[in-house]
Amino acid sequence: MRKSDHFFILLLTLTTLFVASLVDTTRWGPEAKARLDRTRELVAQLGLSDPALFTEARYTRHLSQADLHSAFQDHPMAMEHFPSGSLLLPPQLGTK
Amino acid sequence: MNRITLNNVTKVFNQGRPNEYAAVRGVSLTIEPNRVTCLKGPSGSGKSTLLSMIGCLSRPTSGRILLGEQMISGLPERFLTDIRRHTFGFIFQQFNLISGLSVLENVILPAYPLAPDHRTLMKSAHELLERFELGHKAESPVQWLSGGEAQRAAICRALINDPQILIADEPTANLDTKLSHAFMGQIAQLRKLGKTILITSHDPVVFDSPVVDSVVELQDGAVLQEAVDAA
Amino acid sequence: MNFIRRQRYLVDYIISSMLRRKGKNLGLMLVYSLIVFMLASVMLFTHALKQEVGLLLHSSPEIILQRMVAGRHDFIPASYLEKMGRIRGVTSRKGRLWGYLYDPSVKANYTLMVSDEQALAATEVIIGSAIARARGVVPGDYISFRSFDGETYSFQIKSLLDHETELVSADLVLLNSKAYHALFGMPEGVYTDIVLSVSNLREVPKIAEKLSQRLPDTRPILKQEILRTYDAIFSWRQGILFVLLAGAIMAFVIFAWDKASGLSAEEKREIGILKSIGWETSDVLHMKFWEGALLSLLSFFIGYLLAYLHVFYASASLFEPVLKGWAVLYPQFQLSPSVDGLQVATLFFFTVFPYVVATIIPIWQVAVTDPDAVMR
Repeated sequence: MRKSDHFFILLLTLTTLFVASLVDTTRWGPEAKARLDRTRELVAQLGLSDPALFTEARYTRHLSQADLHSAFQDHPMAMEHFPSGSLLLPPQLGTK
Repeated sequence: MNRITLNNVTKVFNQGRPNEYAAVRGVSLTIEPNRVTCLKGPSGSGKSTLLSMIGCLSRPTSGRILLGEQMISGLPERFLTDIRRHTFGFIFQQFNLISGLSVLENVILPAYPLAPDHRTLMKSAHELLERFELGHKAESPVQWLSGGEAQRAAICRALINDPQILIADEPTANLDTKLSHAFMGQIAQLRKLGKTILITSHDPVVFDSPVVDSVVELQDGAVLQEAVDAA
Repeated sequence: MNFIRRQRYLVDYIISSMLRRKGKNLGLMLVYSLIVFMLASVMLFTHALKQEVGLLLHSSPEIILQRMVAGRHDFIPASYLEKMGRIRGVTSRKGRLWGYLYDPSVKANYTLMVSDEQALAATEVIIGSAIARARGVVPGDYISFRSFDGETYSFQIKSLLDHETELVSADLVLLNSKAYHALFGMPEGVYTDIVLSVSNLREVPKIAEKLSQRLPDTRPILKQEILRTYDAIFSWRQGILFVLLAGAIMAFVIFAWDKASGLSAEEKREIGILKSIGWETSDVLHMKFWEGALLSLLSFFIGYLLAYLHVFYASASLFEPVLKGWAVLYPQFQLSPSVDGLQVATLFFFTVFPYVVATIIPIWQVAVTDPDAVMR
């Protein structure tokens, strides 16, 4: 087999896989839908407003309900949402 | 069979600049088909320049070159390339094989732009390699070849498109006497196949060889003497 | 037909040529694939997460009403439910009780929430799967929390919240309202906030306006705002990652440019040879095009496909530390594959195209050299 054949076969395989991955995204099968429905039911029942992705502080846990206009809301070292948060040092405790 | 006719051909480099110089001045020449012609002369005599013009690698500044009835000196590059591919085969001084590629790959390189059927091409390449006793080396990288083998590989490459005219620029410059004689033997073989062969050289092994039909001596870009000695 | 045959020959040549510097070219392809992999992973992950969170939060309440005291939110008296009066378009209103509890044993924050629907006894809780993982407990076990006054209360775990809902429920503890009051020492008659359901979304702004007129010390949070917040926050995080990656990309660009554009004397000589044996300028350019296309196409596909597998079949495990931050509890979730065609096309364009151009441009000058150059 020629070297170019190897390349084109490889390219064809990868393209097919790529297309397959696009087709795969439509695999919103009943399973995924059922999962989504169950979760939405819980969201509706409890009135949840935020995903539980960032649980370290209350303004990251419930970002949408946090009062974003006061700095260092929970933890003095917590990541700030304002650029100034990275400039201001937290109060030095225990020194002096 | 096409005869090559040169009519008052001149080639000037760096025209209009202070370092302008004429490599070839007013050369008129006829190269008969199915013959071995040698352009002889010291380095700087303009023989390589003349050869490159005949082989459609470059164009003369003035004068005409005719291949049979067709004037090739005025054609644009595209057409020149086309004529060159079909009509001429080239053997260069350093053989100019592309290292890292196999012998077979090197031999079939000139055929790539013409894109012949792959199977046919492989068949004729293998036949050529067999004829020049390189069949067993087909898959070896060219840098592993001995001087003689590299030279034969270069000949095979020059022949892959089955050209009518073969052009060799100082082919024996890097070969020892024994290999140079072997090379002339291969030239004789090609002549028997009916090829027109044009060699530049200042090596006596070449221009004194019985294979050479005629010797054209050049000096300072002009024909010094057109000697025809029957072999 | 002739054209295709010719291209195949040119590909033959460029592969042989590239195989001579196998290590260098494979290394380049590896780095290239890795860059595509990183970019595509970030892209696919943020897009799918955004999509998923957006879909989930569509069922959250249309309006959440918070009471503000001196610039901070405070409990909202139950009397506000009556005080707001009848508002047209509001289909239901309900006070919620919830709060946060820090668990020093695993250094995690839980979200405690009262759920009347679950009909829990005062000593029973339902917990999110991430808590169960962190504490190593199963239904039937006991879990204890320290209350506001230092008392320790033990609860029996009635069940776990569905594992599949973790994206929103990982850190939840559902309990009954009596237990909630005992833990936090909250007075009766107040709620954490009030949620309102509105059937017609177009009435929401009007209702919010009415609410802030009738209850001036409250702040309504609209679902549309929440959705917008999350849309923005994920774009922002994606942006941060892209900025971080920009350094890596720049390094790669310099490397690729050097590799692709710095023609060695050897390469120049080879092109001279090719031209002298009958190759045209266009043949040389096509050949070089294939060099760029071959490397970048393969790298793009390999990088993208690996990213796809990473995000949708390996739960984006490489991003977990980034998203997790300082948190102890982290949901295990499966994203439904979702791809933005425009994003993929952009990624393709910005990774494949520049490399191909960088390979071809510098060759131009060399490719137009006179074919007799080798004879000089």
